[in-house]
Amino acid sequence: MAAFGSFALLIALALAAYNLLAGSLALRLIATKQPTAVSPERLADTARRAGIASFVAVTAAVFALVWSVFTNDFSLTYILEHSNRALPAAYKFSALWSGQEGSLLLWAWLLAAYGFVLRLTHKTDVKLYAYAGTILAGVQAFFLAILCFAAPPFALFQGAVPEDGNGLNPLLQYPEMVIHPPMLYLGYVGFSVPFAFALGALMMRYPGERWIKVTRVWTMVTWMFLTCGIFLGMHWAYAVLGWGGYWGWDPVENASFMPWLTGTAFLHSVMMQEKKGMMKSWNVWLIFSTFLLTLLGTLLTRAGLVSSVHAFAQSSIGTWFVVFMGIVLAVCIFTYILQRSHLKSEHQLESLVSRESSFLFNNLVLLTACFVILWGTLFPILSEYVEGSKVTVGAPFYNRVAVPIGLFLLFLTGVGPLLPWRATSLRAIRRNFVLPSIALWAAVIVCLVAGVRPWKDGALDAGNFYALVAFALSAGVLTAILSEFFRGARVIAKQTGHNLVASAWLLTRRNTRRYGGYIVHIGVVVIVVGLAGSAFNRNVESEMALHDRISIGPYTLVQVGATQDSNANYDSEYALLDVYKDGKKQFQMTPEKRVYQPTGQPQTMVAIHSVPEWDLYVVYEGTNPDTGQPIIKAFLNPLVGWIWAGLVVLVLGTLVALVPALSPATAAVRVPARTPPAEPALKGGIA
Amino acid sequence: MRRSTPLTFWIRAVEAAALAVAVCFSLGATDASSRFNDLGHRLMCTCGCAQLLGECNHVGCPESGREREELKTAIAAGKSDKEILDWFAAKYGATVLAAPTTQGFDLVAWIAPFAVFGAALVGTVLLVRRWSVGKTQAAAGADAASADPAERARLEQIRRETDSGGDGGY
Repeated sequence: MAAFGSFALLIALALAAYNLLAGSLALRLIATKQPTAVSPERLADTARRAGIASFVAVTAAVFALVWSVFTNDFSLTYILEHSNRALPAAYKFSALWSGQEGSLLLWAWLLAAYGFVLRLTHKTDVKLYAYAGTILAGVQAFFLAILCFAAPPFALFQGAVPEDGNGLNPLLQYPEMVIHPPMLYLGYVGFSVPFAFALGALMMRYPGERWIKVTRVWTMVTWMFLTCGIFLGMHWAYAVLGWGGYWGWDPVENASFMPWLTGTAFLHSVMMQEKKGMMKSWNVWLIFSTFLLTLLGTLLTRAGLVSSVHAFAQSSIGTWFVVFMGIVLAVCIFTYILQRSHLKSEHQLESLVSRESSFLFNNLVLLTACFVILWGTLFPILSEYVEGSKVTVGAPFYNRVAVPIGLFLLFLTGVGPLLPWRATSLRAIRRNFVLPSIALWAAVIVCLVAGVRPWKDGALDAGNFYALVAFALSAGVLTAILSEFFRGARVIAKQTGHNLVASAWLLTRRNTRRYGGYIVHIGVVVIVVGLAGSAFNRNVESEMALHDRISIGPYTLVQVGATQDSNANYDSEYALLDVYKDGKKQFQMTPEKRVYQPTGQPQTMVAIHSVPEWDLYVVYEGTNPDTGQPIIKAFLNPLVGWIWAGLVVLVLGTLVALVPALSPATAAVRVPARTPPAEPALKGGIA
Repeated sequence: MRRSTPLTFWIRAVEAAALAVAVCFSLGATDASSRFNDLGHRLMCTCGCAQLLGECNHVGCPESGREREELKTAIAAGKSDKEILDWFAAKYGATVLAAPTTQGFDLVAWIAPFAVFGAALVGTVLLVRRWSVGKTQAAAGADAASADPAERARLEQIRRETDSGGDGGY
C-alpha cells in the first residue's frame, strides 16, 4: 500500500502541474489571440481534465493511508506514530489528520475535492472557471510537492517493524476530534476557491461583478465550515482540556480566527461591490489576505514558530510555506498593479451615516481585530528579535484589547442594518433607533438590579463591566433585528392577510439573503450572551473522602464512591458524585481520569451537566498521593450552553442565506390575437 | 401650570435613567475581591503547559503548586500587585507574566493595536467626508445645470422613493 500511496501522490502532482502549466499556456494564447497549431480551448480542456484526474489520484492516496491505518501497517512511520491495534475504529480515521503528513494529505485531498467540483461545473462561465481552476492547480501542486518531497505520509520505518504502534494522542481521542479538523480544514482550504476566482477575475479583467455572484456560494459555505470548525474546537477544548474554559487565545486558535475575521469582512464588503460597484480593490485584497492568513496560520503552527497546546504536528516545512507565501504575495501584487485600472469604484459614499459607511466601519473593526490577534501572536517573536528575550502574550492582553473591539463590532451589527443606503435622515434615525435604545437601557437597569455590578471595592471590575455592556448591546441589537422582521412582516400581513409569523416566514423566503443574514446576527448575539457569562464563572477544589461534600452555586456534590476500570485502550479511575439541589438528589456525575496505552499519557474526561442558566463542570484531578483520596474541581460556568445554541442559529441563518429567494409569482394568461384589420384599411382605404 | 415640551420630557427621561444607573452602580461597591484569583490570572504556569497559573490543571504539575504557594505567601506578606509580579518576573523570567508589561519595548504591544485602530478610524472618517463633499459639489453642479422645475421634481421623487428607512437589504 505504501508504494501505491506514494505513486498516487506522484501522479497527482504530475497532473496538477500539467493543469497549471497547460492551463496557463492556453489562457495566455486565448488572451493574446496568437494563431497556434493546437486549439487553446482544447488545451485548456485537457488541463481541466487533468485537474479532475488529480482528485482521483489524491483520493487513491487517502484510501491507501486509511487502509494502512485499519490494517495496522506499522511498517509506515506515520501509522506507527499515530495509531495502535487497540485504537477504536472512529479514532483510526482521526489518525489520518493527527500528524503533520496526514493532515497535509487531508488538506491536499479537500483542495482537490473543491477543485473537482469547480472543474465539473465549469460551464457556468468557461473562461472564468478556467482561470480559477488553473490558479487552484498551482495551490494543489504546492501541497502535493510537500507531500512528495518534504513530509511524505508513506515513509517506511527503518529497522525491525514493531508489533504495535505508539497510539493516538489522548487529547485527540474524543468524538469531536473526528469531525473538528475536517470541518476546520474545509473552511481553511475552501478559501482557496474564492481566492482563485478573485485572482482569476482580476487577471482576465472580468467585466462586471458577476464573478462575485458565482463565488458567493463558495465563500459562504467555506465561511460556515470554518465557523463550525472553530466552535467545535472550542467545545473540544472545553470538554477535554479540563480547565473550565473554551478559548485561551492560543496561537492555534488565533490562527483559525484570523482568516475567519477577514472572511467575514469580505462577506460584508462584497455586498457594496455587488450593489454599488464600490470597494473593488478592498475586496480583492480582503480575499487575498484571507488566503494568505490561512497559509500563515499553518506556517505558525506547523513550523514551531509559536508554542501551542494544540500543535500536534510540527516539523521543518516552514521554509516551504514561507517561499510559497512569498510567491503568492508577489503574484497578487503584480496582478493588482497590472490590472488596478479595472478596479475603479463606480460610486462613492454620500454620507458618514449610511448603510455603505456602516459596512466600511464593520470592515475596519474586523480588520483591526485581525491585526490585534496577529500582533499578539507574533509579538513574542518580535520581542525576542528586538530585546533578546521572549515575553508571553496571553489572555489578559487579548481580553483588554480585543474585547472592546468585539463589543464595538456588536454595536455595528445592530446599527448597520437600520441605516438606509446612501444617506440617513434624522426622521429615519428616530424611527429605527428608539426601540433598540430603550431595550439597551432597560437591559442595563435589569442587569444592575440582578447583580451585574461593574464596580468592585470602588474600582472598575473589567469582567463585569464588559459583561454588562455585552448584555445591554445584545438586547439592543436583538431588538433592532426583530423590529426589522416585524416591520417587513407587518407590510406582508397587510398585503396577504396572513398572520405575523407566516408573514415573517414569507418575508424571509422572499429575501433569503437579507433575512438569513439577520438570523446569523441573532446567532452572534446569542453567542455573545454566552461569552459574557464567563465573567461570572466560579470554581471550588477539594479533596473528597467518601461522603464528603462540596457546594457550588445551588448544587451540593457528595462523593459516594471512587472506582477503577480498564480496557485495551486505557485504564481509568473515576469518582461517583451525587448532585443535590434544594436538598433533593438530582443526578449523578462521573468525572474520570484515563491513562492511555501504550504511551501512559494521562487525560481527564470532564463530567458536564448543562442547563440554559449554566454548566456544572466537574473534573477528576487525580488522587492525593498521601491520602489516596480523589481531588475534585467543580466549576459553575453561566450561560455556556448559549454559545453552542448560538452556533446552531448562526449555521441555520447561513443555510437560509444560501437558499435562492422566492421568485415573484407569475402566471401566463392566454390572450386571443386581435383580428388583423382589413387590407384596404391598412392601405389607408384606397379603393 | 407650564406644559412639558418633548425636549424637556427626553431630558427628564435621560436624567432618570442616569440616576437609576448611578444608584445601581453604587450598589456593587461593597463586593469583596480575590487578589489571589486576580493575580493567578496574570501569571503563567512555568511547566510549559502555556496555561494561566490560575487555570493550570495538570495532574501532578511540578510547578503550579509551588507557584501558588509563593503567590499566597506574597499576598499574606502584604506586598502590592506590582511587587508580587516583579518578584515572579525576577525569579522565573519575563515569560511568567501573562501579558507584556507597560515598560520599555513591551509598551509597543499595548500601543500598536489602539494606534492602528485610531489611525484607521480617522482615515476612514476623513475618506468618507472627502467623498461626501465631492459628491455634494458634483450634485450642486448638476442641480445648477438642470434648473427645470419638472426635472427637479422628478429627482426629488426618486430620492424620496429610494430613501426609505431600513430598505435596501443585503
